[in-house]
Amino acid sequence: MSTVVNIVIYGIIMGGVYGLISMGLTLQYGVGKILNVSHGEFLMLSAMTSCVLVKAGVHPLLTFVICLPAAFIVGFILNMTLYRWLRNFSKDEATFESNAMLMSFGLYFILANIGLKIWGTLSKSYQFYSYPVKILGATIIVNRLIGLGIAIVFIIAFFIFLNKTRLGKAIRATSQSTTAAAMMGVRINKTMAICFGTGGLLAAAAGILIGMSFSPTAQIGLTNTVIALIVVVLGGMGSIPGAVLGGLLIGLVGQAVSFFDTSLVTVAYYLMIIILLLIRPKGLLGR
Amino acid sequence: MKWSGLKKEFQYIIVAIIVIFFAFVPLFGSTYAITLSSTIMMYIVMASCWNMFSGPAGYISLASGAFVGLGFYASGFLSTRFPLPVLMLAGGLASLVLAVIIGSITLRLRGVYFTIFTFCLVELVKAVMTWYEIMVVRKRGLNVRNFGPNAAFYAMLVMVVIALAVVVIVRKTRFGMALTGIGESEDAAAHIGINTTAYKVSGFAVTAFMMGTVGAVRATMLNHIDPTSAFNMMFSFLPVLMCVFGGMNTFLGPIIGAIVFAALQYNLITKIPQIYMIIFGAIMILSILFMPTGIVGVYERVRKAIENRKIQKVGGHL
Repeated sequence: MSTVVNIVIYGIIMGGVYGLISMGLTLQYGVGKILNVSHGEFLMLSAMTSCVLVKAGVHPLLTFVICLPAAFIVGFILNMTLYRWLRNFSKDEATFESNAMLMSFGLYFILANIGLKIWGTLSKSYQFYSYPVKILGATIIVNRLIGLGIAIVFIIAFFIFLNKTRLGKAIRATSQSTTAAAMMGVRINKTMAICFGTGGLLAAAAGILIGMSFSPTAQIGLTNTVIALIVVVLGGMGSIPGAVLGGLLIGLVGQAVSFFDTSLVTVAYYLMIIILLLIRPKGLLGR
Repeated sequence: MKWSGLKKEFQYIIVAIIVIFFAFVPLFGSTYAITLSSTIMMYIVMASCWNMFSGPAGYISLASGAFVGLGFYASGFLSTRFPLPVLMLAGGLASLVLAVIIGSITLRLRGVYFTIFTFCLVELVKAVMTWYEIMVVRKRGLNVRNFGPNAAFYAMLVMVVIALAVVVIVRKTRFGMALTGIGESEDAAAHIGINTTAYKVSGFAVTAFMMGTVGAVRATMLNHIDPTSAFNMMFSFLPVLMCVFGGMNTFLGPIIGAIVFAALQYNLITKIPQIYMIIFGAIMILSILFMPTGIVGVYERVRKAIENRKIQKVGGHL
């Protein structure tokens, strides 16, 4: 019984983190049509930076104030320069989509290797509420519960931002039709850059949560990109609730499978996707 | 696939010169030169074959790492009992089967699904292989018999010739036209009676076969393989980078890209292991931004500009 509770709670915790990462990726794809393969590198850089900052004496929760704006600004600038130029050069949407993906590979090379250059392959970690607590017979480490709480706060805040604010409305309009939104007076380039920046911000938030509870290395970027891509396909490309649902599902399945055999987790993810693509190619909540 | 500004025969001659040059390397070159040119030839095969499918059809495949890795393991399992051609065939067939399975699931769908799926495929095969080694054989990695540098070298040379021949044949037949048609407009292609899924899957499978064979040869150059070295994401990324740099959808582009980047990587990988990848990334971004048609496209533009100037001069005299 306690094992089941353990799996479920850890699954939900991982699901929250995966949901955060995937929301960023799906936002970048849904609005800007950029499949950002370097997404996980934002997460890696933020996780490592937060660990370094905490070692230097900054409170773990304060690193959010430092890493998130930094990630947002980097994403904003990248979109305002590279991707905007690319959009102007490309002759149609399909060309832009494939070229933007290739460009994000270039970014992946650069960001991943900057991380490796600075931190090497050693892992970093710090102690923050790292004592266990008993819930329904299961042993859970407190910092993971704090991480889950923060993830939920971010997800809810993001939904409010998207559904209640004027900017959120502009983002939703742009994702439905770029041309129509532009005609209605939405500033397309700025909106897209904000989306890309917000995507980076969400990845950075997930990165700090990972740094808080696990020991990240400079190589975790690609693994998390793969997970985020799987979650996004599972939930439906461009669907934000789909990303949260998919993240939760992947988190639960991942924990359940790793209870039996850790090395089969990827296989389980992949099987889920294959079955889903055969039954419902648009994803769980895809339009 | 465009033939760019250069005459078709002229391009064949350039390629023939490159191949003949490589053929003489073992006679005069050092061991270093032989290993370097084997590596370059492997990337020529990979980039050209990647370009054969993904260039015209527009479906960007990132599964090259998985196919090369399968080739590695085909070699690893069979190298003690069988000669090199059998290993190559086994590696190729294993990749072909995987490509047909993956292709028939994902290539029915349009858009980015194919890319995402192939991107994750490398991680999947790596996970399966790691699981197999930990749980079943309980031994990490495999030793591969080395057939000597010359055997691997000539096997690569043969593969280059075969791959380039396949690329030209595919281009000239119905098959290549169908792939181009799919890339231009998939709906229109389906409308005039092309079975788009069948063409896409078979194109992908041919690419996979070639990558499996070169993977099998590559493994014999390394002596020892494990899942991390076999299912390496770099094998997926580098062909894309080479094609973007040289010129997608051209005949010479991938060959130029392969020679440049394989030589660069070979020389820099030990000296500045992380920085050279940063440089590669920057080159990739700059190529996409400023020369979307690659080196070959730049050449074409320069040639046209010179021609226009000549015409203007002649016009001035009249």
